[in-house]
Amino acid sequence: MEKTKKGVRLEHISKIYKDPKTNKDFYAVKDTSLEIKPGSFVTLLGPSGCGKTTTLRMIAGFESPDEGEIYLGDEPINELTPNKRDTAMVFQSYALLPHYNIFDNVAYGLKLRKMPKDVIKEKVMKILDLVELTGMESRMTNQLSGGQQQRVALARALVIEPSVLLFDEPLSNLDAKLRVQMRTEIRRIQQEVGITAIYVTHDQSEAMAISDNIIIMNKGVVAQMGTPEEIYYHPVDEFVADFIGEANFLKGKCVEVGDKYSVLDFENKRLTVPTREGGMERGKEYTAVLRPEAAKLGDEGGLECKVIVSCFMGSYQNYHVMVGDTLVKLEDHNPKNRKVYRVGDTCHLLVDTDSLHVL
Amino acid sequence: MAKGQGAALDRKKLLADPIMVTTIVVLIAFLTLFILYPLAILLVDSFVGDGGFGFSVFKRIFQIPTFTKAITNTLKVGFVVGIISTLVGLLFAYVEVYVRMNKFVGGLFKVVSMLPVVSPPFVLSLSMIMLFGKAGIITRHLLGIYDNSVYGFWGITIVQSLTFFPVCYMMLKGLLKNIDPSLEEAARDMGASRFKVFSSVTLPLLLPGLGNAFLVTFIESIADFANPMIIGGSYDTLATTIYLQITGAYDKPGAAAMAVVLLVITLGMFAVQKYVLEKKTAATLTGKASRARMLMEDRSVKIPLTVFCAAIALFVILMYICVPIGALFPTWGYKFFPLTFKWFKLVFTRYKGFKAFKDSFLLSIISAPITALLSMIISYLVVKKKFKAKGFIEAVSMLAMAVPGTVLGVGYIRGFSSGIFHTGFMQGLYGSAAILVIVFVVRSLPTGTRSGISALRQIDKSIEESAYDMGADSFKVFMTVTLPLIKDSFLSGLVTAFVRSITAISAIILLVTPQFLLITVQINEFAEKGSYGLACAFASILIFITYGSVLLMNLFIKYFGTSRKLKEAE
Repeated sequence: MEKTKKGVRLEHISKIYKDPKTNKDFYAVKDTSLEIKPGSFVTLLGPSGCGKTTTLRMIAGFESPDEGEIYLGDEPINELTPNKRDTAMVFQSYALLPHYNIFDNVAYGLKLRKMPKDVIKEKVMKILDLVELTGMESRMTNQLSGGQQQRVALARALVIEPSVLLFDEPLSNLDAKLRVQMRTEIRRIQQEVGITAIYVTHDQSEAMAISDNIIIMNKGVVAQMGTPEEIYYHPVDEFVADFIGEANFLKGKCVEVGDKYSVLDFENKRLTVPTREGGMERGKEYTAVLRPEAAKLGDEGGLECKVIVSCFMGSYQNYHVMVGDTLVKLEDHNPKNRKVYRVGDTCHLLVDTDSLHVL
Repeated sequence: MAKGQGAALDRKKLLADPIMVTTIVVLIAFLTLFILYPLAILLVDSFVGDGGFGFSVFKRIFQIPTFTKAITNTLKVGFVVGIISTLVGLLFAYVEVYVRMNKFVGGLFKVVSMLPVVSPPFVLSLSMIMLFGKAGIITRHLLGIYDNSVYGFWGITIVQSLTFFPVCYMMLKGLLKNIDPSLEEAARDMGASRFKVFSSVTLPLLLPGLGNAFLVTFIESIADFANPMIIGGSYDTLATTIYLQITGAYDKPGAAAMAVVLLVITLGMFAVQKYVLEKKTAATLTGKASRARMLMEDRSVKIPLTVFCAAIALFVILMYICVPIGALFPTWGYKFFPLTFKWFKLVFTRYKGFKAFKDSFLLSIISAPITALLSMIISYLVVKKKFKAKGFIEAVSMLAMAVPGTVLGVGYIRGFSSGIFHTGFMQGLYGSAAILVIVFVVRSLPTGTRSGISALRQIDKSIEESAYDMGADSFKVFMTVTLPLIKDSFLSGLVTAFVRSITAISAIILLVTPQFLLITVQINEFAEKGSYGLACAFASILIFITYGSVLLMNLFIKYFGTSRKLKEAE
């Protein structure tokens, strides 16, 4: 696959749909600009209806943007039909051709390109080897398991050596264990081939595990783009914080501003937080994001709280505690030899100050 | 918000596909020329036919007493046939879906459901006359009644009900199967009796579907030409009156105006059926049954229901069998033995049976693949593509469903006999084999399109998208993916189109010229004359051809169809 890698650029892309119920137009995707670097693995993540699949389908050419221009490398591709675009898509439902066997399914794109038979055979065999399906060529698609079908779909997309590989929630029809296995597999193959990949999912752990960069979308606009770490530790707003992992929002007025640390008045208690990048202002309301694993319960110090849920989950003890009127959810990992608090206990919430993130 | 760019891009992408554009243009031209134009010319004719624009033609025809009588006759028959067919169809559907049946009764049901597909017109009318007429086997020879008249209202009504109830049965069966059994089990569980469950759960859910079945039959009955022609006697319906107005009175503008009246009635019904009832049906019965239904084993319910249905089914089958047997009797009603092949011999020696067979067969075998392909293309465009003219294509092919054959026939006479818009342009078409083929195609197109649409809806959109994405253009996608996947449905569409064409009469009888001999037209002629032996012989040949081709198709699908390949793999 000695091909120059190409990136994808979206410039002010919008897509308008008609709501079938109200008959009103709305933006499925609104004024979205993105830059996806050649060879990188980027995930579009968001709740259903956020515009991620529409964005992907516009890149593939199945939908036409109402505003803006899409570039593949430096070439504008708005006017190209899907069959003329140098992209290949892996579908949620696999979309294998049920009347062909595995070999013919994978060879379909090559045959359309009128390659000689022996070249097709060689390429198909090589790619089937890559997705670990050697020996299955003559099977029919419905003789394969879901995971195997997905490998065929991947092989079929890879074999035509597209510049960009598109994934539309490819794992959502698989069971949980297989999903984990397949996502590692997809990542391995993408790295091996070195292809640009755009991946749509609503599963955040899948996105975290697989991507170089995650683009979080909400209501048709990009909420945040960054590496998994950036997005988890430095979400830009409550939506992102809440969508990626669990988040507690500790809200309060800023009472002290320092270089490194500042203090919020949280539920009439003093809560020390790292000072926000770009500074903070005294007297203004701020929200600090607390991840459930970034705090502990103790008998003294910290913020006084009351346990309302205490639940053993195996790898951790799950607590819900009330600090004043704010509900805080906690995960105490590896709780085996530690004190377990019961519902009704009054105790103290010990927050790891450096793990807090002020929005 | 401006959707302009997206729409413009979609258009550009479409135009980048020359085969697709050509197909759409050709299709629109075909539909306009052969469906819209003949109907439009009827309107024009009936308003300006007697010279000068106005209602004079309508005024004139409404003063013809036979015509106004025909309107009430048609509506009366249609109404009664609609009700009887729906009720009998419901009974059959209910028994099949809810009651455990033995193999024999199940087989009977299957035969009954297949009959409307393979049945040529007239057959039931012929056997009705032969069984119950003045010289009928049952009335005269078994019961000794010498002056029973089957002609008229009840003759038409019974024959049409027997012809159309299988259609209701198949429609309602589909709906009943979609009722989730747990709804009824819940009602049972709360203490409702079987009858209460039926009246308070099943029936209300089914009500729009029943209305739908009623209207479909109503429309079919109104449009039916063959049965009223044979068994109507002096009881004229609209279809036969229009026919006589052309062939007897040579009043073409009058016939055009009558055709417009018939068209308005059927279109009105069709609109109600399509836009009110079908939507309601879809709204109440959306879900698929979650699991199999517990079938009724209770003998007190089971025995009367199955016996009743089996009796009707046997009766219908008897009526069909009556035709080939009737062709073997020396003189129907007077001399039954020894059985003889003389009518068949006469058909081939004196009455140009070979030519009739050849003409019917050739014209139908030419039009069948055209119909099948055209309807698949239309359904493909309607289901899978979006473009501006799609609404037009969908609407016109649906319109064809509601146009009675007689109306279309008159439209073709007016529209093509003196060229397009009476200018002499394309006049050569009229009277040629081509126009007969076109009529066959147009008449079978709606059925083909409807089954094509439902077959295509079953295919996951992304399968075709994936092929498109791999680099195939629309034509390639259609040929390598869509068509193979709907091969079975395509094949059955092919055979249905063939059977419908070879058994067609209503439109074709108005257009056929002496150089072509068609089997159905021959049957009509001989039945009119009272030569039942010859009519039966012709009809038997026709039944033999249609039944044979359906059998062949089933064999073919069994051995070469897609479903088999997929089943094998499982």
